[in-house]
Amino acid sequence: MKDNLYEKYLVDSAMPTMWCPGCGNGIVLQSIIRAVDELGLDQDRTVFVSGIGCSSRAVNYLNFDCMHTNHGRAIAFATGIKMSDPDLKVIVLTGDGDCASIGGNHLIHACRRNIDLTVICMNNSNYGMTGGQFSPTTPLGSQTKTSVYGSYEPPFDLCELTASAGATYVARAATYLPVQMKEMIKKAIMHHGLSFVDCASDCPSLFGRLNRRGDAGQMMLGWKDRLVSVKQAETMSREDLEGKVVWGEFVNSSERIEYTDVYRQNIARAKESVNG
Amino acid sequence: MSSYQIMTGNEACARAAIASGMRFFAGYPITPATEIAELCSELLPQVDGVFMQMEDELASMGAVIGASVTGKKAMTATSGPGFSLMQENLGYAHMNEIPCVIVDVMRKGPSGGSATLPAQADIMQTKWGTHGDFRSLVLAPNSVEEIYHETIRAFNLAEKYRQPVIMIYDAVLAHMSEKILVPDPEELEIIDRAKPESRENYLPFHYDDSKVQPLGSFGQGYRIHLSGLTHDETGFPVSNQNTTGLQILIHHLFDKIDDNYDEDIKKYEAYCCDDADVLVVSIGITSRSAKSAVRQARAMGIKAGLFRPITMWPFPHKDFSRINLHAKAVVTAEMNNGQLNQVAIEDIDRSQKLYVKNLYDGNQIRDVDILNTIIEANKYEG
Repeated sequence: MKDNLYEKYLVDSAMPTMWCPGCGNGIVLQSIIRAVDELGLDQDRTVFVSGIGCSSRAVNYLNFDCMHTNHGRAIAFATGIKMSDPDLKVIVLTGDGDCASIGGNHLIHACRRNIDLTVICMNNSNYGMTGGQFSPTTPLGSQTKTSVYGSYEPPFDLCELTASAGATYVARAATYLPVQMKEMIKKAIMHHGLSFVDCASDCPSLFGRLNRRGDAGQMMLGWKDRLVSVKQAETMSREDLEGKVVWGEFVNSSERIEYTDVYRQNIARAKESVNG
Repeated sequence: MSSYQIMTGNEACARAAIASGMRFFAGYPITPATEIAELCSELLPQVDGVFMQMEDELASMGAVIGASVTGKKAMTATSGPGFSLMQENLGYAHMNEIPCVIVDVMRKGPSGGSATLPAQADIMQTKWGTHGDFRSLVLAPNSVEEIYHETIRAFNLAEKYRQPVIMIYDAVLAHMSEKILVPDPEELEIIDRAKPESRENYLPFHYDDSKVQPLGSFGQGYRIHLSGLTHDETGFPVSNQNTTGLQILIHHLFDKIDDNYDEDIKKYEAYCCDDADVLVVSIGITSRSAKSAVRQARAMGIKAGLFRPITMWPFPHKDFSRINLHAKAVVTAEMNNGQLNQVAIEDIDRSQKLYVKNLYDGNQIRDVDILNTIIEANKYEG
């Protein structure tokens, strides 16, 4: 059904999306649109930047200034945009392979700088577009097209990674919790600094099928047992947390100065040195 | 007011870029290009510009493109190893017709090579470095003063034709100091990109002919879609079934340069070429040894000449073919294993003989060595 949000924020001529039935990306995209709408962001002053992969295709459906860049490089392009026009809202849409493997270096350095970008990762723990290979977030032992005897590389926890690299807003949402996802995305967008939202999602066509997780509906229901809130996790032992996915806010801090503000200070110092 | 100053090639590059209106530089430290970044880090904040030292050259090129789509004139500077890393995003700039300037200060390669030794071995990489079909625009100055002027021309061409422009010079030119006449900023011819006439129904691309579509800036209400995927004039991806759509974009990337090449883009120096029996082809620092060799040959009664492409790519094939018509021999002088030689061979016929005087041990080619090759070439009877 086409509602006002559809007309306003999506590009009708680009529909239907290329995503498979049951893909979690649609839920993430809808959460983003609802968040942008509820915040009342100026559509002409909000920019979406993405890399390559199923997740990154999202910008091709959005009615904003959008840049669909090269694999892993969205944050680098976004950094140039933000530094040239710091008043723009710059939102990066990415996936687990895009931001944590090929683009991992750009991710940690954006966190280190604490530049005011909102990075939203659609994390489906595999490379979907190329047919289901293991990614840096694939759980150990999983079946993928490049780990047919079970995945043997330990995965990243993207929230721990970005938090330790210096991101000042870090949260994990899940497609099973779309309302909470929307609220976290709203906070991330309004946060002044590097914000990272890891959106736990499903790829029923590949990861789900290869790991006998059932159809999209069954995969979605599976989250009910696996999701544990940050608060609940605090009371649980390490053994109890095995196989669980912790959702909620991990970091929300305004202690560190944001990068475009840092650079404004640099400009002031440069001018002072010239003018004596 | 114009004034005489003494500066290095890298300094001339940075100062000319800022005089051109460049307000965003992203780069990564690399010998022998680093001084451009250093000077930009000092000067750009003084004029409200942005200098960013990125995490690598992939990011540098990405940030430059990001800055350019907000309307800023943007550049990066690097050397071979960094230039290799930039190829990926350089292709994106071609695909989306994003104006930007890339300076490749050439050091001896391949790979890490010899960081502090000069070379001219990236000539072919600047033409074909990134994958796919596209038209490279590459400028090759041979003095500090020419670096200043070609930097300005690089920005002008980038803005006018909406595409990346590469400038190459060797490590010798980067670090040598020369007296140059720095022009009065008021007297410089500076081209800024055309602005779209209207936001209504704005299309970011135009593929019907070689006309360059004005590029709207992000954040100004144009609702621009850019993608590295093959796209149509709306910027949205083209379906694999649309064979016309898949080709028309490529045609445009070539046509917009080729249709304006003779009037606006090509540039070369033809020194003593009119009656030359032996023509030397050379660029950069080596072309200065070559010119000295040509003068000495003339003093000895040998009709020698120098053809020096300043627009390296696209190479002025038509002009060079005409100019060398009556020469019996062509000599390329270059600090590599014969890259200009491969270009020159396209423009001579079987009766003409092609020689090469090259050196790739990190030393410059002396004029006397080029002179000896001219003398040898002059003995060729045809």
